[in-house]
Order: sequence, then C-alpha cells, then structure tokens
Amino acid sequence: MATFRIKRYNPEKQAESYYEEFELDIKHGMTLLDCMNEIKWTLDGSFTYRMSCRSAICGSCAVKANGHSLLACQRQGAHLVKDDDTIVLEPLGNMKPIKDLAVDFKPFWDKIDKINPYLQPNEKAPKEERKQSPEQFRLIDDSSTCIMCGACYSDCNVLEVDDNFLGPAALAKAQRFVQDSRDGKTLERVRDLSKPGGIWDCTHCAECVERCPKPAQPFHRIKEIMTVALDQGVTNNNGARHALSFTKSVKSSGSLNENIIPVESVGIFNIKGLFDLLPVGLRMFFKGKNPPIFHKSIDDVEDVKRIYMELDE
Amino acid sequence: MKFALFTGCVAKGATRELMLSTMKSAEGLGIEFVEMKSAACCGAGVVSEKNPLLADALNARTLAIAEEQNLDLVTICSTCQGILKKTECHVDTDAAYKEKVNNVLEEGGHHYAGGKIKVQHFANVLGTEEGLKLLREKVKRPLTGLKTAAFYGCYVLRPSELSLYDNTDDPTGMEEIFEILGATPVYYDSRTKCCGFPIIMMNKDASHDMAGNALIDAVDSGADCVVTGCPLCHLSLDAYQPEIHKMNKKGCSVPILHLPQLVALALGYSSQELGMDTHVVTTTGLDKILAQ
Repeated sequence: MATFRIKRYNPEKQAESYYEEFELDIKHGMTLLDCMNEIKWTLDGSFTYRMSCRSAICGSCAVKANGHSLLACQRQGAHLVKDDDTIVLEPLGNMKPIKDLAVDFKPFWDKIDKINPYLQPNEKAPKEERKQSPEQFRLIDDSSTCIMCGACYSDCNVLEVDDNFLGPAALAKAQRFVQDSRDGKTLERVRDLSKPGGIWDCTHCAECVERCPKPAQPFHRIKEIMTVALDQGVTNNNGARHALSFTKSVKSSGSLNENIIPVESVGIFNIKGLFDLLPVGLRMFFKGKNPPIFHKSIDDVEDVKRIYMELDE
Repeated sequence: MKFALFTGCVAKGATRELMLSTMKSAEGLGIEFVEMKSAACCGAGVVSEKNPLLADALNARTLAIAEEQNLDLVTICSTCQGILKKTECHVDTDAAYKEKVNNVLEEGGHHYAGGKIKVQHFANVLGTEEGLKLLREKVKRPLTGLKTAAFYGCYVLRPSELSLYDNTDDPTGMEEIFEILGATPVYYDSRTKCCGFPIIMMNKDASHDMAGNALIDAVDSGADCVVTGCPLCHLSLDAYQPEIHKMNKKGCSVPILHLPQLVALALGYSSQELGMDTHVVTTTGLDKILAQ
C-alpha cells in the first residue's frame, strides 16, 4: 500500500493549496496515470488533472512527482514510491495552478508563439512537396519529437527566477526552424533569439534534458542555435562575445584568461558594463583572489594552436 | 592511489585555494596526483557553442594524454567533469566521429583509444569504497557539530547518463563524505540546482537570484556552511554574495567551502593553510564551531 500525498487546490472553495493523502494498492504494471485514475474513480471524483492518450504521445499528463516533472503515463507507479512508501504529486512548476494538478499553460504557449513556429520559406510554394535529404532532416529530427508537455518548462532553473526567458520548449521549437533547410529566415530568427530572454539566458543546468520524455532535449538544441548564431555573425551581445572571447583565450594559451573574459564579454567600449564589473573585481583583488596578471600558457600550447588551425578557428 | 590531475583553469586562477587544498588533501590522504600540465581547458561547454568538433578534439586530446600516462583522470571541478564525460560519450559512441577526432590529434602525436581510463571527480574518488576507507583512517579532527550543506554543481549530475552518481535527483555521495569527516549533512531541495554562474555575464539578476535562492534554502535548513565540488559555483555563491545580499530581501551570510577544504580541515590542516582567508565571505565562524 502506498500513500499518495497530493497537492490540492480549488480556489472556488479555499484560497490556499493544501496536501491530501490517499492510500492505494499499486497493482503490478500500473502507470502513475493509472494510479491517478484509480484515485479519481474510486476515492475522490473531484481530483483534477489533464490526461488523454495514455501512450506518451499527447503530452497532457505531465505532473511533478517527488519534486520533478514527468509524464504520468510513461512511468510505473511502483518505481516512484519513496523509501517512506509515499509518492508526492504536485502541479508542474513555473505555471499557475488552476485546480489541483491542472496548470495554466498560457505563458508556455505565448512563448511558443513568439518564436514564429512555422516555416518561412523565401521562395513560393512548389507544385509538389519541398524535399529534404536525410542529412538535412536529421538536424531537426530530435526537436520535432517535442510533444509540448511542459515538463522542461516546469523544472527550468532560469524560469524560476526570470519570466522573461523564452524557456526550453520554445527554444527547442525554434531550433526546428533555425536549422530547417526549407526555411528562409535563419538570420532573422537567430537575431531575435539572441536578444535578452533568448538562447544566451540558458544557464546550462540541463534540467530540461533530464525531464524531457522525448529525444527533443532542449538544452542540446539551444546549443545548436548558439552555434548557428555565431556562424551567422550575430555577435553583438554578451553571450556571443563571451563564447568568442573564451574560444580565443583557449587558442592563445590553452587555458582560460579570467581577467580578459569578463571585459570582452560585456564589450570593451561598454562603460556601464565595465563599471558594473568593478565591485567584484576589487573585492577579489583585495582578498588576493584575482587571477594572475601574467597569464601562463599550458605546456605544448603549440599543439592546441595547431588543432585550432586545422579546424579553421 | 595515483591519478592524473586535470586541474581546470579556475583552480589555477580565481580559486587558487581550491588547488592548494586539493594538494593538501592528497598529501594528508596519501593520494598521488600527477598534474596534466599540457592538457587544455575543457571549454566549459562554451567553446562547443562556437565549434563542437573543436571542443571534442581538445578534450579527446586531454583524455589521450591521461591514457599515455596510463592513469585514471581526476577533475576538481564539476564543469570540467561533465564536459570531459560529454566528449568521452560523443567519441566513444560513434566510431566514425572518433576517427575524425583522432585524425585531428594525430599530428600532435596523440591518439585517443577509449575505454582505457576512468574520468572521475575528486568527490567520486573519495566516495569509492577505497576512498571512504582512506578517509576513515586519516581523519584527525572530526568536524563535529558542523552542519554542512552540499552544493553539487549541475555538470556532475546532468545529463544523468553521464553522471557517476546513482540517483542524480537525490544524490548522497557528498553527504556520505561529510558524515565520515564527522560533520552533519544538511539535506535541502536546492543542493542539485544551478548556481547561475553560466549566465552571470548575460543575465546578472537571474544569476544572482538563483544563487540567492539556493543560499537561503541552505541557511533555512540549518546549514553553517555550503560545500561545493565546483569552483564556478564557489565564485557565484562566495565572490558574488554581497550582490546577492543586495537583491534578496531576506539576507543570509554563509561561508562557502570547496570540498577539498572540508576534507583537509578534518585531516588536521588549518583554515589558513587551505586558503580560506581568501574567501569573500569570512569562514571564521566555522573555526569557532569546530573549537567548541
């Protein structure tokens, strides 16, 4: 017998959410969604959540179990029972609950809309279909598997502190068009995606990779857009300057010159940006934490430079 | 125990106390480190933004150097650990890609074979049966009464298929080490979250907010100090703590330690010997707790 500790919320009856416990015998083979249905059908008909396909295709039943988002229909209930015989169920994070485990997806969809999630070819439509080679399709294969379940959005560390971030799902969807051989707006897209709230605000935590129930794995897609943005010369922002400065630093010495990177990242003519670096710089200097002024190269740095040359960097 | 030590750049730069305390820990435990002086920066997941093949070539070169030394590789930075494992995965799972990478390395006299050496974070080494046994034998000054909160760093945990921890949502490796050192582990939700450092140049407010939330969570859970295995997390949580204070209405001041500092403290080294006086947030309160 397992205890399901479920976060309940019904603003029509009570302003604050609360936890309610249900005891359930998890029979062999029951998915978490089967367990939720059993609770709803036999213990409390008012228990509210979204569901549809039961086959990890529709993306409706994403919830938080034991603090992390997942698709309820894709996981065995028994596998989620903790040592104390409980499973904690909560609504997805970073979105407002409507009732129990159902949340308001409006900000999620608004951000998908923002990235223009449709093909924008330059030429007129051909009489027949637009063809792609297997190699061209492979570039967008993973991102096209996204089922918009919101699991990545829920656990994104940046969205927890900054609503302006487009978030992993919208950015993964953006990669699907940025690297689509049939699309004609690559440059415009990466320019938009390089603005505040876009690709360079991703903090590399890879929570989205961990939570994604499909091969879409947004963090990897975000990195692919970054590479395209740099290739396209969209470099007038701190994120791009940081990547270029970092890469240049390793080329010249084999290691990172921490004195130069912050300055080059904010821009050497950005007086305010440079001024903002002063407090932490001085603080570290007076503590003796500033990196050595004369940056030392690694042994055999010539081999590193040769690798850069060979790869046209 | 003898390993090839991949120091990473930050332990030689802004967090030299990490390098110092790593060598003291090794000395106290009888572990031999051979520094990989010709290994390049791992790229921190940033060089790969510019050129993924370049990042993999540089890291495969590092792995090849460890193979030449015939030593398992040890990192002291969560980011280095995650990035080297990522390259190892890219190259080991695609024979054609491995050949392409090796063609780049060939002229420099290196060849990455794969499967010959292990890539482990120092915390993973200490967490092995042999490492834990060594710690038990060598602890001279148990850290009794010190409530210690782990901050793992994203790259040693996620993606989980590259992690050496069994349960990346609820890891216990660092806490097991704390217990052997005599300290009391503090479990709190934010210990597996991001410190915000990767976006400190792009979105400062969000970065500090992430770090601040983690610190508040640790302090509210009763921590006397936060211990991390990542020098980038250390910079975010320690060097920027005054900025974090300004942003958060709920102030909190908590010392941040590198894992090797905590280990070496228990081995009997003084806080000065471990460079703890160079931290932005004072660690003197910890000495008082340990003196009680």
